[in-house]
Amino acid sequence: MWERIAVILRKELIQALREPRMRVFLFLPPMIQLLIFGFAVNLDVDHTKIAWMDMDRTPLSRDLRARFEGSGRFDVVATPSSEEEVQRVLDGGDAQAVVRVLPQFERDVLRGRPTEVQVLIDGTNSNTASLVSGYASEVIAAFSQSVQAGQQNVRVLTRSPGSPANMRAPQIDGRTRVWFNPDLYSRNYFVPGVIANIIMIVTMMLTALAIVREKEIGTMEQLMVTPIRPLELMLGKTLPFALVGILDVALITTVALLVFHIPLRGSLLLLFACAVLFLMTSLGAGLFLSTISQTQQQAMMANFFFTTPAFMLSGFAFPIRNMPVVVQWLTYLNPLRYFIDIVRGLFLKGVGASVLWPQMAALTVYGVVVLGLSAMRFHKTLD
Amino acid sequence: MSYRRLHAVFVKELHHITRDSLSLGMALAVPVMMLLLYGYALSLDVDRVPTLVYDQDNTQASRDLIRQFQGSKYFTIEGFAGDYAAIERGIDRNDILMGVVIPRDYSRKVGSGRDASVQILLDGSDSNTASIVLGYAESVVRGYSVTLRADMMNRRAGDRAVPPVDARLRVWYNSSLESKNYVVPGLIAVILQIIAALLTSLTIAREWEMGTMEQLLSTPLRPTEIVLGKMMAYFLVGLVDALVALLVGLFVFGVPLRGSIVLLAVSICTFLFGALCWGIFISAAARTQLVAYQMGLLSSFLPAFLLSGFVYAIETMPAVIRAITYVVPARYVVTLMKGIFLKGVGLNVLWGQLGFLALYALLVFFFTTRKMNQKVV
Repeated sequence: MWERIAVILRKELIQALREPRMRVFLFLPPMIQLLIFGFAVNLDVDHTKIAWMDMDRTPLSRDLRARFEGSGRFDVVATPSSEEEVQRVLDGGDAQAVVRVLPQFERDVLRGRPTEVQVLIDGTNSNTASLVSGYASEVIAAFSQSVQAGQQNVRVLTRSPGSPANMRAPQIDGRTRVWFNPDLYSRNYFVPGVIANIIMIVTMMLTALAIVREKEIGTMEQLMVTPIRPLELMLGKTLPFALVGILDVALITTVALLVFHIPLRGSLLLLFACAVLFLMTSLGAGLFLSTISQTQQQAMMANFFFTTPAFMLSGFAFPIRNMPVVVQWLTYLNPLRYFIDIVRGLFLKGVGASVLWPQMAALTVYGVVVLGLSAMRFHKTLD
Repeated sequence: MSYRRLHAVFVKELHHITRDSLSLGMALAVPVMMLLLYGYALSLDVDRVPTLVYDQDNTQASRDLIRQFQGSKYFTIEGFAGDYAAIERGIDRNDILMGVVIPRDYSRKVGSGRDASVQILLDGSDSNTASIVLGYAESVVRGYSVTLRADMMNRRAGDRAVPPVDARLRVWYNSSLESKNYVVPGLIAVILQIIAALLTSLTIAREWEMGTMEQLLSTPLRPTEIVLGKMMAYFLVGLVDALVALLVGLFVFGVPLRGSIVLLAVSICTFLFGALCWGIFISAAARTQLVAYQMGLLSSFLPAFLLSGFVYAIETMPAVIRAITYVVPARYVVTLMKGIFLKGVGLNVLWGQLGFLALYALLVFFFTTRKMNQKVV
C-alpha cells in the first residue's frame, strides 16, 4: 500500500512541478499577497490632505491653522477662496476635508461670543471620514481650551489682581498603553492573517483541481484500472499539497519575520502544529469540491464561492466584533476564524495552548469531520 | 472579419456557458453573495468596545469618570476587575479590548487641583480598531477633563464661560457615514473584475487543454473573431451580473445614485470590455486552466480588491505602491463609481478616468488578438 501511495505522490509532484509556470505559481501568489498586505494595506490615517478657507484672515485664524498643521495629521494642500473652489476641491478628491473659518472669527472669540469653525468632510470613505472628523474636533477642542484658559486667567486677574498669574485647575489625561502592537502598525495585524488565508486558498484549490483535472481529461479512468485503491489515491492526491501548504507557511513566516519584522512571541512549533490541524479541514474541503464538480471551471467557481465568505467572515480584514450578532454566531461555523485567532494569538500576543485550546479543539473537530465526510463521499463517487 | 463567423463563435460560447448550469448559477450568485456580505456583515465602524474597569480609587470622583465611559455609545463596560491580571486575561482571550485603570490617588489629586492621570490599556493587535478606540477614549477623558476644569475655573472666577470655539462638522456625500454607501459602489467594480477574471481566464486555456483549440484553428475563423465572439458571450453574463449588483445596491441597500445613469452604463461597459479582454489574454498566455486561474486571481482579483481604493485608501500607501495603483484599471472604475453614485459628478470631473479605461480596453484587445495570432503560427 505504501509503495502505491509513494508512486502516486511521485506522479503528483512531477505533474505539479513539471511545468515552469506551475512551479512559479505555487509560490508567487503567496508572496505577492504577503507583500501587498505588508506594504500597501494600511488603514492608518495620517497626513490628511485638507483645504483651508480662511475668510477671517486674522492672527487668531492663522493661529488655528498653525495648530492644524502642527498636529502632524493634516497637510494644507489648497486655499480655496470661493464656494465653487470648495466644491471643486472636494469633487475632484484633491482634499479629504475643507476647514472654513468664517468672517469675524477673531472678533467673536475675543468678545466671548461662541463661534464655530466649519469642517466639511468628504464622507465617501466612511472609515477615513470618521477618523478625520475625530482628529479635526480634537485640534479645535484643544484650541478652544487654550483660548478659554487664557480668557479665564485674564478675568481672574482683573477681578482679584493679587492672585497668581496661572490659576491651577486639575487636568486629567489618559495615559494609554497599547499592548502587543505599540506602534499600531497595520501590517502586524494583517501579515499573520495572510498565513491562514494562503494555506486555505492554495491547498483547497490545488487538491480540488488536481482531481477534477483527471476527470476532465479522462485520465481518472486510467487511474481506476490500476491496482490503486481509493484511499491510496486520496492520500496521494492530498499529501503533496499538504506539503506545499506547510512550505508556504514556512516561507511566509520567514518573510514576515525577516522582512516585515513581525514579532513571533509564541511557539513556532505550535504554529506548525495548528497549521497541520487546519490543513485537515482545508484538504477535506478540497476533496469535497472535487466530488461536486465535473470540470475545472466548476471547481474554481465553487472554490471561489466557498473561500470568499470564509475569508470575509474570519475576522481577517473585518473585525468579527463589528458584525451583527447573528452573523457573529455564523462565524463560529467558519474554521478559518479559529485558525486566524490562533495565528494572531501566537504572533502578537504570545499566548500558548493554555489560552488557545478552545480554538485548537474546534479545528481538530472540524478537521476530522470535514476530512472524514469528504473522504467517504470521494470514495463513493469513485465506486 | 465576418459577421456570420463572429455570430457562430458567440453562439457556440453561449451554449457552452448555459450548458454548465452549476458554473453559471455561481457566476450569478457571486455578486449577490458579496453584496450581502459587505452590506450587512462587514464594517470597519467601531462601537460598543468591550471594556473592563479596574477602579483602585473607588470614590465618588472615580465613579463619575466611569459614568462618562458608560454614557458613551462607543464603550460597553463588561465589568469591574480587581487586579491587572484580570485585564490581561481578558485581553489575551479576546473577551475585552480595553482596560481602564483609575489610580488610587485619583480623587485626592483632582480634589486638590493637581493633574491626575487615568491608565488606558488597549489591545493593539487590530491596529485600525485600536487607533479608533484610542481616539474615542482620549476624547471621553479630555471632554470630562475640560468640563471639570471649566467648572472649577468658573467657580473661582465667579463667572460662567462656555468654550469659545466649537467644531461644526459637516460630512458631504455620505452624511450618515454609513460604510455601505462607500463600499457598495466600489464593490460593484470589484465584482465585475472578479466575474470577468473567473469567467474568461479559463475559456481559451480550456480549449487548449481539451485539444479543441486545434479544431477551432482549423476552421476559417480569424483570431479577432474568436476573441470578439467569446467576449460577447461573457459580456452578456457580465452585464447581467452588473445589473443584478446595481439593483441590489440601489433597492436593497438604498445607496443613492446621484449622477447620470448613462455615464454609469458607459463606464461599466468600457471596464467590462477591458477586463474580459484581459481575462482572454491571460487564458491565451497560460495554456493550462490552473495557471490561468492563478494568474487571473493574481492580476485581477487581488489588485481590484486591495489596490483600487475600494476599502483601503490609496493615499496612505507607500509611494512605490501608489505608483503601481495607477496601472490598476479597477482603481479608475472605483473612482468613477464613487464619483457617479455618491458625489453625482459628471464627465467634466471624470473624463480622465473614463479615458484611461477606454485606452486600456483597446490596448488589451490589441494585444490579445496579437497573442492569438502568435498561437496560430
